[in-house]
Amino acid sequence: MEKVTTHTGPAAPLRRSNVDTDQIIPAVYLKRVTKTGFEDGLFAEWRDDPAFVLNQDAHQGATILIAGTEFGTGSSREHAVWALKDYGFKAVIAPRFGDIFRGNSLKNGLLTVELPAEAVEALWDAVEADPGLAVTVDLVEREVRAGERSWPFEFDDFARWRLMEGLDDVALTLRDEARIAAFESNRDAWRPRTLPSAA
Amino acid sequence: MRSDGEQPDLLYIDLHLLHEVTSPQAFDGLRQAGRKVRRTDLTLATEDHNTPTDNLFTIADPTSRKQIETLRANCEEFGVRIHSLGDAEQGVVHVVGPQLGLTQPGMTVVCGDSHTSTHGAFGSIAFGIGTSEVEHVLATQTLPQSKPKTMAVTVDGSLPEGVSAKDLILKIISITGTGGGKGHIVEYRGQAIEELSMEGRMTVCNMSIEWGAKAGLIAPDEKTFEYVKGRAHAPAGEEWDAALEYWRSLKTDEDAEFDREIVIDAAELSPFVTWGTNPGQGVELSGAVPDPASFDDPIERTTAENALTYMGLEAGTPMREVDVDVVFLGSCTNGRIEDLRAAAEVIKGRKVADGVNMMVVPGSARVREQAVAEGLDKVFTEAGADWRFAGCSMCLGMNPDQLTPGQRAASTSNRNFEGRQGKGGRTHLVSPAVAAATAVAGRLAGPADL
Ligand code: SF4
Repeated sequence: MEKVTTHTGPAAPLRRSNVDTDQIIPAVYLKRVTKTGFEDGLFAEWRDDPAFVLNQDAHQGATILIAGTEFGTGSSREHAVWALKDYGFKAVIAPRFGDIFRGNSLKNGLLTVELPAEAVEALWDAVEADPGLAVTVDLVEREVRAGERSWPFEFDDFARWRLMEGLDDVALTLRDEARIAAFESNRDAWRPRTLPSAA
Repeated sequence: MRSDGEQPDLLYIDLHLLHEVTSPQAFDGLRQAGRKVRRTDLTLATEDHNTPTDNLFTIADPTSRKQIETLRANCEEFGVRIHSLGDAEQGVVHVVGPQLGLTQPGMTVVCGDSHTSTHGAFGSIAFGIGTSEVEHVLATQTLPQSKPKTMAVTVDGSLPEGVSAKDLILKIISITGTGGGKGHIVEYRGQAIEELSMEGRMTVCNMSIEWGAKAGLIAPDEKTFEYVKGRAHAPAGEEWDAALEYWRSLKTDEDAEFDREIVIDAAELSPFVTWGTNPGQGVELSGAVPDPASFDDPIERTTAENALTYMGLEAGTPMREVDVDVVFLGSCTNGRIEDLRAAAEVIKGRKVADGVNMMVVPGSARVREQAVAEGLDKVFTEAGADWRFAGCSMCLGMNPDQLTPGQRAASTSNRNFEGRQGKGGRTHLVSPAVAAATAVAGRLAGPADL
């Protein structure tokens, strides 16, 4: 995976809370069997609306999305993360995220950062006043910066290290293969199996 | 398994369920890395999200067909057992696991689907994962997990007559809001929970994700063991005894400490429905659409205003005066045999109102077969309902079973999100009994209103 350290770019203010993953990408757009090409489904229900923030000229090319609380709740679809990335977003800022969405985002190098509602409000105001404003999401310093202002955020040490090193989870886990095998040899015999024996 | 303080703990996965939507990219990942499925004997696939419900074999949409064919090809290539359309065990993944007896107490169960929490009804740790994690489990049979916080929801007393598990969980979510359970594993307990059937417990655990919980579970008891016993994958003979001994040890300590606790008095509950566009926006069926101005929190207020606009509802309208166009009975929340029975009991000898389309979609082929054996299909078709084949169907509108813009549905599924059941569609979440009564009345109604 690509290493993720810090990103600076223009931001789009999405003044909505409870944007669930069905709104990020409706089910009918989930039929691809690849990991790319999902940008056409991003916020599909709102994309016909000229007033929708991503349709405004001022916010073309935004690479950071600033959303209201409970962003990405609902369905586990990782397609929501792929759609945001395919569209060009590198980071999402919100007061709170759905757990599965957050996990998915970090596995794909989409930086999701939780800031308090007041900070999000201030960022909304700032980028609405100046759509070109450069916003920085700095994973190294664990800080968001815009203009003169900055806000610290919390970020799990292990997840941060993995992102900054661009590490592949599976490879990381397989370093513990011996322990997995030892655990398996001690499992109770009565535990259910879907097939007669291990392939 | 691994617990060294620095990295997240490594959790061994006892059962990994797959379906066509969230798995293709995971299999691709394996292929690219030259990896195989570590434990095909702990893995099971079924076709559900995209499947047609009006026939068993013709998938009209080529992209849906491609996705299902991809799952079949992947299962073939990697040696994974699959239950395809037409197979007696095909159905919604969370109905299939328990009905095969694969879901048992004290297990870890994952699936690339957020309603995996359903399996927690058996006292297992069960949660939804994303596609990258699906790949991780396929390759390693484990998942790195940080320790979640714990919460207890205690429901004291008995549910009043006519109040179901669905009403209870909708009420809980209306109290906590959609994010209230974030980061927590929730244990549902108390007399009302103990009194629920296994189907009812599955309905409750199923919707744990709708209030943000990582997982929801219920301590296993004799009812749980009885449900598992004799199923295709239940242990038998000496193994049954060994399993039972272990399962009986799984009770939560009387004095266990939870990070948070919510207590609910079952006696106060009544049928519950949603009025808005997230599952936390609910109210008693006897109540009315709330006035957004009544919410103190500015975010909740705006969310409510947006929801009313989307739903085409006026504040103050009694819920019982909300007319519907469609009734959907099905999904992994309420698509099991008991749910079909509850609805059939209400609709028996009555007719679906003119202008209302009621669609009945069993949660699995097995459930459908049993319903037919009990004559429930006749009850529904004689009432004028549409009796379908098993699948997710209108729960998420990925196949042709969709609402059209502006159409309003009473649905026994779990999500009333904007566009969830079809672009522009409006959803009210309800219990099976309310769904049936609503179909007859043509507007939101309970059995007592008929
Ligand atoms: S029935 Fe609905 S909630 Fe359940 S697995 Fe299918 S789409 Fe998901």
